[in-house]
Amino acid sequence: MNNNLLDIQNLRTSFHIKGKAYAAVDGVSFTIQENEIVAIVGESGCGKSALALSIMGLHPTKTTTLEGQVAFKGENLLTIPQARFDQIRGKEIGMIFQDPMTALNPLHPVGRQIEESMGQHLALAKEERRNRTLELLKQVGIQNEQRVYKQYPHELSGGMRQRVVIAIALACDPVLLVADEPTTALDVTIQAQISDLLKELQNRTKLSILLITHDLGVVSELADRVIVMYAGEIVEMAEVATLFHYPLHPYTRSLLKSLPGQQSTKTALHVIEGIVPSIQKLDRSGCRFAPRIRWIPEQAHENDPQLHEVAPGHFVRCTCYESFHFPDDHIGDDNNAITGN
Amino acid sequence: MPLLEIKNLHVHYPIRGGFFRRIVDTVQAVDGISFTLKRGETYGLVGESGCGKSSAGRAIIGLNRVTSGKVLFEGIDIAQLRGQARSNHRKEIQMIFQDPYSSLNAQKTVHSIIAEPLRNFERLSSKEELRRVQTLLDRVGLSPESIHKFPHQFSGGQRQRIGIARALALNPKLIIADEPVSALDVSVQAQVLNFMQDIQKEFNLTYLFISHDLGVIRHFCDRIGIMYKGRFVEEGTVEEIYNNPQHMYTKRLLAAIPEMDPVKRAEKAKQRRWIQAQYEETFDRFLDPDGKALELKKITDTHSAAVQ
Amino acid sequence: MLTFIVRRTLIMIPQLVLLSLIIFMLAKAMPGDAVTGAAMSSPDMTEAQIEKIREKHGLNDPWFVQYGHWMKRALKGDLGMSYVHKQPVKKLLAGRIENTVLLAFFTLLVTYAIAIPLGLIAGRWNDTWVDKLIVGYNYVSFATPFFVFALLMLFVFSFVLGWFPTGGSVDIRMEEGSWSYVVDKAKHLVLPVLSGALLLTYGTIQYLRNDIIDTKVKDFVRTARAKGVPEGKVYSRHILRNSLLPIAAFLGYEITGLISGSIFIEMIFSYPGLGQLFIQSINGRDFTVVTALVMLSGTAVVVGTMLSDIILSIVDPRIRID
Repeated sequence: MNNNLLDIQNLRTSFHIKGKAYAAVDGVSFTIQENEIVAIVGESGCGKSALALSIMGLHPTKTTTLEGQVAFKGENLLTIPQARFDQIRGKEIGMIFQDPMTALNPLHPVGRQIEESMGQHLALAKEERRNRTLELLKQVGIQNEQRVYKQYPHELSGGMRQRVVIAIALACDPVLLVADEPTTALDVTIQAQISDLLKELQNRTKLSILLITHDLGVVSELADRVIVMYAGEIVEMAEVATLFHYPLHPYTRSLLKSLPGQQSTKTALHVIEGIVPSIQKLDRSGCRFAPRIRWIPEQAHENDPQLHEVAPGHFVRCTCYESFHFPDDHIGDDNNAITGN
Repeated sequence: MPLLEIKNLHVHYPIRGGFFRRIVDTVQAVDGISFTLKRGETYGLVGESGCGKSSAGRAIIGLNRVTSGKVLFEGIDIAQLRGQARSNHRKEIQMIFQDPYSSLNAQKTVHSIIAEPLRNFERLSSKEELRRVQTLLDRVGLSPESIHKFPHQFSGGQRQRIGIARALALNPKLIIADEPVSALDVSVQAQVLNFMQDIQKEFNLTYLFISHDLGVIRHFCDRIGIMYKGRFVEEGTVEEIYNNPQHMYTKRLLAAIPEMDPVKRAEKAKQRRWIQAQYEETFDRFLDPDGKALELKKITDTHSAAVQ
Repeated sequence: MLTFIVRRTLIMIPQLVLLSLIIFMLAKAMPGDAVTGAAMSSPDMTEAQIEKIREKHGLNDPWFVQYGHWMKRALKGDLGMSYVHKQPVKKLLAGRIENTVLLAFFTLLVTYAIAIPLGLIAGRWNDTWVDKLIVGYNYVSFATPFFVFALLMLFVFSFVLGWFPTGGSVDIRMEEGSWSYVVDKAKHLVLPVLSGALLLTYGTIQYLRNDIIDTKVKDFVRTARAKGVPEGKVYSRHILRNSLLPIAAFLGYEITGLISGSIFIEMIFSYPGLGQLFIQSINGRDFTVVTALVMLSGTAVVVGTMLSDIILSIVDPRIRID
């Protein structure tokens, strides 16, 4: 046994559509260490949310097949009995959901929804649960916690609801937090507050976070390590500073280049050609990003692209990164996508 | 003459309460804002949810009732117009919405979605109409065969293009874009923003761009107005606002923009904490006794802020 | 919450006034009046005498004065005399109301006792063989004409097997208040209640099943699962309550429907309730009784909708106004 908190090996999540199975997560392997924040970045349809739900066992079992291994503290979550899984979910692994408007039960007061997992996992008296809930509400930055405790979700703003969702995830002091787009639905100032809160939690406790997001800003603020996903696969994985300063895979570089607002320049933004293929139409042979960088010669790609460790801890899929350049670049320009602020 | 001049615009919503549901109070969603849009420029309306930026945009186009104030479009107060005169001017202002998934009628083909404004305002033979729709599709870069498809057959970016084609159908002079790229992925967002810039040059369009995304605003706008509780706290060119913010609220908003260099993030977090502390300590000084922003004061010709 | 209930109750007043006005007008519009009936039974009365009686009873007053008198009496509980039964309408209704309410209450109880578990099972394990069986039952019960089913029940359980009485609400030989009286009353209820309930389950099962299938994939249910709540509790705490909302909303209407519309049940099982009385009164041209019954069922509709609104506002915090 090693000291990985979470060890995912060759995870494949397939959805059954009209009698056929299509993999949304297509052979993903990575680990999360204790007290580490790992971010998974990609655009809609890359499989990042499907990955998060696979870890939490939240896909409908009838229409989904899970293969591979999701080992949490040495136990494979894909094969343990449901009753054992329910002891881990909510207690050791907490999850923050994307849409605070729908993630809470409209018929229960907020306090009760936070206390529910404590009732499930901790032997606490009613009074202790209540005190702990009030404490949690304060911790996530809610000032009038006594009042919010009794309120219903529809009486709270989106930012407040997201804090409640976070409080639910933290209710039993989990060691791993799976956060699916925790800040996407929020205003910038609230986004910053939530980011700071998560960072502070990581510093204060031994918490590890798997951060699922499409927002590179949040990644840059929070992550220790970054995994970039495209079409169900990991295309690049590196330490956060390495990824932002020396991105290698064409997809990572394109994404970083298409971000607006580094400077106020009304020049055109970089646009990635084509669209993300749907899981039904995806061509699963060869480099999956190749159709979107057609100006790169075919022989630059591998036939069966593998993840290569190009520097310690820095992995890139396919060899095409070696000869990649943007159409308007000259071949041989350096790979530095961020030119300073 | 400026294209659009907003003078002391108020939009209030009544709150009903008590046993007889009488109006007991009003929400001052927009509480006296004034600004002008020059022909061909892009003006950004920024603020957090609930600051009144969308209410203002909707009032200008006539989707919200103007409580008081003037909306001068080419010198004519369109808030006061009724009937035919009103719809003639309504043609000149079009809107693009945030959610390309729900702002298009799922039951209608692209053809009838884009033709709808034409049918409302112009009498065209079906041949002419078809030709106009085809031209519009071509302008927004959609293939001619998409004319018979339905919205769900398109990607998010393509759907937003359909929304733009609909807005362009009547050759408007002003487009109000309410969070047009917030629901889109980064790479799709880039496509739509580029495209909006292209058509702006091509048709000499003026944009009122409503957004909470400070990165997009910085990239896209010439001038910005920052709103807080229905009032402006600061107005200026992009450079003035981003490089020399005067109002505490603006400073805090800018400090919240994520740092794109991970190496500098600890420094940024420290700066953010410092600004937050300052904000808590001094923000009262930027407000009148009712908790509203002060009057705007001129700092330069183009820059003004609600400071003492 | 209290304000909501009070306001909702006060809204009923204009509704009821309007209802009574309409019914009064319709009653007036019917050919003949109380005196016409009296005149027919004593053919030797002269026109002048009849006119005198009309004047005496205020039948020549303008309609709104008459309406005022009528309302005043109705509020005091005086609904007039039944022409056929020769007794006050109020007295006539009293026993019938009790019977109908009993029938409605137990029918509803049995309906929900069958429909809620079945709907829950079908929704939770949808597309399994159990679900298909329940949906099958649902289609059959929906397609079965009530009178065919009720007659079949009557034939099998009363005539052939002789387990239950064929009609009435209680054996007249029973002493009121005794234990055997209660048992006998219950025995008379079994067949009408069962036949009504078995066919009424259709809507509730279908609603509940579909709502559970929708609700079990909602985000807040996923949140509950992520908390480690076992599946059984996910259903009891989160899914069921949300899915019962539309059914709770219909409860008031269901009660109303049963009280004013159990005509078929009562006719087939010769059960002395309001429905049976209604048909008899129409056949006997007993207009005072018909008017009172229409007014009664109209009031039941108004009260039922109010009940629905109040029930819904209790179970769903989102629509608690104020």
